[in-house]
Amino acid sequence: MRFRLTDDQRALREGVRELLARCFGREALRAAVRAPGRLDRTLWRTLGEAGFFALRLPEADGGVGLGLPEAVLAFEEAGRALLPGPLVATHLAAGGVPGAARGETVVAAVDGELAEWLDAADVVRGDASGAVPLRSVDPLTPLHRLPGTAAPDPVAGLPAPVAAAPDPVAVLLTAAEQLGTAGRVCELAVQHARAREQFGRPIGAFQAVQHLCADLLVRVETARAAVYAAAVTADPADIAAARLLADEAAVRGARDCLQVHGGMGFTWEADVHLHLKRAWVRERRAGGGTQSEELLAAALAD
Amino acid sequence: MDLSYTPEEEEFRARLREWLAKALPILPARPSPDDWPGRRAYDLGWQRMLYDAGYAGVHWDASPTLRLIFLEETERAGAPYVGANFVGLLHAGPTIAAEGTAEQRARWLPPILRGEQVWCQGFSEPDAGSDLASLRTRARRDGDAYVVTGSKIWTSHAEVADRCELLVRTDPDAPRHRGITWLAMPMDADGITVRPLRTLAGSAEFAEMFLDEVRVPVADRVGEENDGWRVTMVTLSFERGTAFVGEVVACRRVLGELARAARGDGRWDDPALRRRLGRLDAEFRALWRLTQWNVSAAEASGGVPGVGGSVFKLRYSHARQELYDTAAEVLGPGALDLDRPWVLDRLSSLSYTIAAGTSQIQRSIVAERILGLPRGR
Repeated sequence: MRFRLTDDQRALREGVRELLARCFGREALRAAVRAPGRLDRTLWRTLGEAGFFALRLPEADGGVGLGLPEAVLAFEEAGRALLPGPLVATHLAAGGVPGAARGETVVAAVDGELAEWLDAADVVRGDASGAVPLRSVDPLTPLHRLPGTAAPDPVAGLPAPVAAAPDPVAVLLTAAEQLGTAGRVCELAVQHARAREQFGRPIGAFQAVQHLCADLLVRVETARAAVYAAAVTADPADIAAARLLADEAAVRGARDCLQVHGGMGFTWEADVHLHLKRAWVRERRAGGGTQSEELLAAALAD
Repeated sequence: MDLSYTPEEEEFRARLREWLAKALPILPARPSPDDWPGRRAYDLGWQRMLYDAGYAGVHWDASPTLRLIFLEETERAGAPYVGANFVGLLHAGPTIAAEGTAEQRARWLPPILRGEQVWCQGFSEPDAGSDLASLRTRARRDGDAYVVTGSKIWTSHAEVADRCELLVRTDPDAPRHRGITWLAMPMDADGITVRPLRTLAGSAEFAEMFLDEVRVPVADRVGEENDGWRVTMVTLSFERGTAFVGEVVACRRVLGELARAARGDGRWDDPALRRRLGRLDAEFRALWRLTQWNVSAAEASGGVPGVGGSVFKLRYSHARQELYDTAAEVLGPGALDLDRPWVLDRLSSLSYTIAAGTSQIQRSIVAERILGLPRGR
């Protein structure tokens, strides 16, 4: 058993991190915040050329030929960097929708009652009829609301159609993005706690702040083990568990990071709110955590 | 990232399973919790069986992965817990192996492995808990012996132990970490009084130990005089290694039992309870993966468990309490009945966020040693 990153996986992670720092650094991030709803096609093609979308396509089909663990590492980096766009939908469309693999086609997907990036997409998967734009809480994720599931037909006596089970790979890649956010907000909190001084010393010397930071790390590391293991086994129950842990690590992590930042955390200028808002968007995907909890509970009682 | 085991590891697992299937049915009946001599005999007997089968030293010389497999399989099979052998196998033994002289290793380690001697731990004191380095039990040199006076607390198995790994202050004037010495005190020496300490679960799991001019031969000192703090750190880092493997396996089994019990009596229809159980399943799946992650890291670093164990312990001790709080919800009014399953376990679980470093101390360790935050107060 060698449950740790291989040298190649480390190199891949570093490579993606460097790529994203180059093509989507802090200035690009803040520019994207100032132009909500606009998808940077140049950035999308750069990602495509780098193999972000074609990562798991076989080499024979023009892909990179890597597996789920590598995709998870790449999406973790995307989450860290707050990379915008329908990343998961386009990644999953690679090989199926022409141009998706190379980043020439932007693919969005309907996900229950929500859809991200509908207007910017060239191809929409799923039935987007009746979609209405909403004023998205996340400045980096334009959202549409779709009509809810139809009520049961009392005459036919049939139950309401059950929402299609979400693609486990989509759930896992979202968990990977959440893990990236969780790791990043932990770093931001620790950096701030080291640098910010009050009462004549860094606030990180106060136990109340130290313990918030420690809990941030505990959630990240527990979620990391769950997400990476799910990437190895690809087992739907492992993926459901990974999703719950990663959602918690990202959402609660961003909340605690905001708290550590004090008044600065409440400003538009600090990046913390961008992480929190994105984490909120992601935790709604694929039926939300409830679906994962029910899946795990059902497996337990068998 | 690879979660599969090597053919050698799988073979170790298969042979262990085979042996457990034969060994467990011939075990004697478990003694009652209050029967200390019975518990001692039972636990030592189990260790002897492990010794005869070649598994006695698995905690010492096997790779972290084999240790994980050993703990996983013994728990799955319902084998006895390490019990009275805990301090010998997992604290004192490893410390002696690392820091003892050749003579001490030859004198003390084989009886531990063969299941002949029980060790206990005399570290904490009434006024030295989380702040262990403030311990005040005094030892003064008198010829070829130390004369020890003071008191110790939380000493499991003191009633039936042969030796005690004991921390004493040998230099009261030195900076506090530098005046401590590690002794292996014989428990049959004059001047030792053991008083059982009843826990909130009603059981006498621990004892207080009062030491009045107890003579400990200088030959029973491990490491140099006044170097006991460093010697102790070797032991403490062992405590947070693979120590919880069996318990995570057990928690996952309990979780399945809870789900089936809830399904059997209609409580399953409550979506809040179902979701809580589902979330706990995610939690323990993750803790199992974190164990495998930490074991893989220990394997890569030469088998030395590090402060990463604090991360695990923080999460695990909380999860275990949440598990038994959920059990209480499944039990309903039965949660108040000490004769129902899980009720005593719920009480015992209250110690998890305290024993072996409170969650507050663990958070400070994580903040300062892993995250590099400035030393707090």
